[in-house]
Amino acid sequence: MSGPNTSFDPKQVSALSAESVDFVVSEALLAIRAASDLVTLKEVRLAHAGDRSPLSLANREIGALPPAAKAEAGKRMGIARGQIKEALDLRESELQDARDSAVLTQETVDVTLPVDRTALGGRHPLTTLMERICDVFIAMGYDVAEGPEVEADWVNFDALNVPPDHPARTMQDTFYVESPESGVVLRTQTSPIQIRAMLDREVPIYVVAPGRVFRTDELDATHTPVFHQVEGLAVDVGLTMADLKGTLDHFAQSMFGEGIRTRLRPSYFPFTEPSAEIDLQCFVCRGESINHPEKPCRTCGSEGWIEWGGCGMVNPRVLRAVGIDSERYRGFAFGMGIERTLMFRNGVTDMRDMVEGDIRFTRAFGLES
Amino acid sequence: MRAPVSWLREFVEIPADQDGRAIAEKLIYAGLEVETVECLGAGVVGPLVVGKVVSIEELTEFKKPIRWCQVDVGADNGGIRGVICGARNFYQGDLVVVALPGTELPGGFKIAQRETYGKVSDGMICSASELGLGDDHDGIIILSPNFGIGIDAKPIVGVGEEILDIAVTPDRGYALSIRGIARELSIAYGVVFADPGLALADLPAPAATSKPIQCASDDETGCALFTVRTIRGFNPKAESPSWMTKRLVASGMRPVSLAVDVTNYVMLELGQPLHAFDIDKLQGSIRAGHAAEGTTLETLDHVVRNLSSDDLVILDDRGPIGLAGTMGGFATEIDDDTTSIALEAAHFDDGAIARMARRHKLSSEASRRFERGVDRVLAPYASARATALLLEFGGGDYVGMTAVEAPYAPTVIALKASEPGAIAGMEIPQSTVIDLLHAIGCEIDASTELLQVEVPSWRSDITDAVNLVEEVIRLVGYDEVPSTLPTSAVGHGLSLSQRLRRRVGMTLAARGGVEVLNYPFVGEAEFDALRLEADDDRRSKVRLANPLNDEQPYVRASLLPGLIAAARRNLSRGNDDFFIFELGSVVRSGLGTLVARPSVTQRPSEDEWSALNAMLPQQASSLAVLLSGNQQLQTWSGPARRYEWSDAIEIARVIADVAGVALTVTTGNDSSFHPGRCARLCIGDQQVGTAGELHPRVIETLGLPVRACALELDFDVLVQHSPQARKAPSVSAQPVAKEDIALIVMDEIPTAQVQQAIVDGAGELLESARLFDVYRGQQVPVGSRSLAFALRFRAHDRTLDASEIAASREAAIQMAITRHGATLRGA
Repeated sequence: MSGPNTSFDPKQVSALSAESVDFVVSEALLAIRAASDLVTLKEVRLAHAGDRSPLSLANREIGALPPAAKAEAGKRMGIARGQIKEALDLRESELQDARDSAVLTQETVDVTLPVDRTALGGRHPLTTLMERICDVFIAMGYDVAEGPEVEADWVNFDALNVPPDHPARTMQDTFYVESPESGVVLRTQTSPIQIRAMLDREVPIYVVAPGRVFRTDELDATHTPVFHQVEGLAVDVGLTMADLKGTLDHFAQSMFGEGIRTRLRPSYFPFTEPSAEIDLQCFVCRGESINHPEKPCRTCGSEGWIEWGGCGMVNPRVLRAVGIDSERYRGFAFGMGIERTLMFRNGVTDMRDMVEGDIRFTRAFGLES
Repeated sequence: MRAPVSWLREFVEIPADQDGRAIAEKLIYAGLEVETVECLGAGVVGPLVVGKVVSIEELTEFKKPIRWCQVDVGADNGGIRGVICGARNFYQGDLVVVALPGTELPGGFKIAQRETYGKVSDGMICSASELGLGDDHDGIIILSPNFGIGIDAKPIVGVGEEILDIAVTPDRGYALSIRGIARELSIAYGVVFADPGLALADLPAPAATSKPIQCASDDETGCALFTVRTIRGFNPKAESPSWMTKRLVASGMRPVSLAVDVTNYVMLELGQPLHAFDIDKLQGSIRAGHAAEGTTLETLDHVVRNLSSDDLVILDDRGPIGLAGTMGGFATEIDDDTTSIALEAAHFDDGAIARMARRHKLSSEASRRFERGVDRVLAPYASARATALLLEFGGGDYVGMTAVEAPYAPTVIALKASEPGAIAGMEIPQSTVIDLLHAIGCEIDASTELLQVEVPSWRSDITDAVNLVEEVIRLVGYDEVPSTLPTSAVGHGLSLSQRLRRRVGMTLAARGGVEVLNYPFVGEAEFDALRLEADDDRRSKVRLANPLNDEQPYVRASLLPGLIAAARRNLSRGNDDFFIFELGSVVRSGLGTLVARPSVTQRPSEDEWSALNAMLPQQASSLAVLLSGNQQLQTWSGPARRYEWSDAIEIARVIADVAGVALTVTTGNDSSFHPGRCARLCIGDQQVGTAGELHPRVIETLGLPVRACALELDFDVLVQHSPQARKAPSVSAQPVAKEDIALIVMDEIPTAQVQQAIVDGAGELLESARLFDVYRGQQVPVGSRSLAFALRFRAHDRTLDASEIAASREAAIQMAITRHGATLRGA
């Protein structure tokens, strides 16, 4: 800022001449260009654009000029200051860029260093597979039902139309809770959850029931005494075997891809009648391997179909045991082994891998669902 | 059931082009699960012919006796050839099976002319095992003398015979016979079936020389039909024909003697178990009845069995001589001198036989059939067939039959003709329903609206209309049933507990946890290793009667033993650093009061249902974690960090956060944990779990790495306290004021209590108090430490002024001083 011109001295006013100003500006621009770092530039800025700079000092003299000359001098000074400021800003920006690139280059790291301080864990693939299956049925309007692992044999057998002397009781080798007459077993199947669902819920019933079940088999590559099943049950007016088939087809497609079919073969389960085994069309070869022996399929053993589970229409005797009017309502049910499904779906070849809890096995599945 | 295809073809005209696999396919679609199709002598290729042993020269100069035989294999095959043979079970003149040079035997063994034992052997005399026909290594096959020399021996010995191995489900007792399987094939192929079960074999008129053995049944429910045929003058040395023994072997049975082989053969053919007694070892008549309590019987397998009065047995005048329908007695067994035979054929109750087989842990070919239901009227037909065979091959006189029978009325079921179609979800015309039911042997009265269906005597499994429905639909073909979807399902989504399990599982896995699913079997040794007190609830009271492993007879009441076992397996495989967890079921009590089984003909009453549930042990979901080794490995960016007690507590806190539950941590006391590094975890006043470092003794006993840590939480309690929907907080936009304070307190005062004092003292202006440093050293007195807290103050409605903040801070400090004798550091 220029102060009032209190002591007018015409000699000094020569500082405002065009020549003087041009000289000051060119001096300034030279200095600016010569500044090689930001510290120097700051000094240059002080020297050439600061309060004590020649230009600032000259500017103070404008007030001393005759009014006619004031405008011209003011304009000249404005241009000069603008030139210097512009050069300063430009140089500052250049020097900042140079500094930044130098410093950031110095800070460069090796981003390929392994960054593995905290490994991700994993959920057991049997858990996530059961959840995936449940999700398919939840989307179809089913609820997820559960029941106890230590179960009354009335629920596990009698109510499912397996009377005490029935040979079907020996089809499944049962763990009995002491004493053998206690009537308490480790459930051999998830089907007792059907009985609980029918006793605890109102018709219509649509439930899917995942769970852990027990049979007295020794552990080997294909057997385990503790394994998992998922069971489905629907009880409603007018349900048919066609509905059961459609449900299984939809389930198979949701799990294994568009167009995958299921096939039913007659079988026997005490709690369903008619009963059937469920075969799943091989989702890898889709049956192609049957007629192309040169391209064998490992997943289905070139059979084209994979044995998957059992199903059928709920036996009216079962409905009677839970007090559902079998004249009015019909039901269908189905179930499959989760270990088996995981084996063919994910290529697990040894049952023991699913049982032993080796972290390397489970980690490989991460948080898959 | 192993069924040779040639036997099936005897009763049903299966098209000639159908091989075993094609036949199996048909049966599978009819509901008979054919597990394998086996081909006898599958690897036999080339000239296998009948030869006659012309002469035998014994070569004695070798380590074992060797025979140099001249065998006539027919002019077309080069006449008489010299063959070296090591077997000794044949004589000059016997017909044998000769593999000529060029034959390939199973296993790729090629027969060629070769020099051995100083002779040139020009072929091989074969045993059954060498041809892949069985495991019989007794010697070479001797053929009956009526075959032509030089003819193809393959069909004679059964090479190429296909055998279907069928896993028969419990409802299809009739399929445990060639007769039953042939019937299914006749329906599948739509061809004629000559039912051998309805043709009574021609027997000579009973000889009047002696009286037949008399029979009776003391229990008409247990034994509704009892027949005995008597044969005398039977030749005990008579041998079974080779076609019979061949089929027995193919069906998986061992030939024994003509009398036994015939009973087995007829059982396989018709499904009726039979038993032959040596009359000379009997005393008086035979009857079916119950054993006297406490009597014993030595069965054919030489086991002496203690009988109960519930056992259905065969008796003579002295006492039990056989377990009915299960196994005969040793004392009345047929032997090499038996000339008089009493042949029993009877119908026994399926339940009675099942109970007895279970009680005596004895399952036989006979009991398997009776348990699944034998044709109610078949016995006299089967025994006629067997008698005819015995007479044909063993000679003797037929003396006659005695029989007793309870009245029999076939089952008649009313069936709506539309029902099969309604259940299948497709149109099945009444005419189809009737035709198919006819085909399985039903008689149908279609004169009324409801079909009256009389079930054949061999289908005791058909008791309800729905059984007939299944028969119709399976014979129509399950492939014909269309595919539709039900429309009215209305679900509610996952329950809170189900959602929380997923959320917790995801969270733990994302933090490095690996889920394991352990067996729930535990034992005393594991309880002891965890230092559980005698009255600790984790010593399970639910014990299995038949555990897989006697060392682990209990059902788990805690997840820790299983996790520790999984940890040890990982350690043994070099997986040293891990965080494993399990979310699973545990028992929390022993069994309740035993109750009677409710009926199955109606819904149990509320009382019955709750009593049944009260009988079960209490079961709950538990969540447990085990930490071992390094939480972080040494890397380029820093040193390794081992898991420690605080990690276990942090995981508990994270789980509680995931559940939306406030967890209180106090000093804990648990015999499995380090006494100074154990936290009791509570929600309000209720304990929900324990976390910390395992007791050094536990670690040492179990061979875990030092400082291994664990956590177990009652997941159900967590769920109970988890909010269905969380309440939104009110977030103040006013500025925050930050103050730090450091308080010196005695070591024994837990930090949580000091923190609580600060919170209680500071009042509502305090937004949060966070411990950021613990200092011990020269600056503070011995036996105490300095706890530094960062306090944040904020009001909802205004900027706090300095005096308010100071007052609140001061009040917090005062509370810590009053409650815990704290001193403000730097004051």
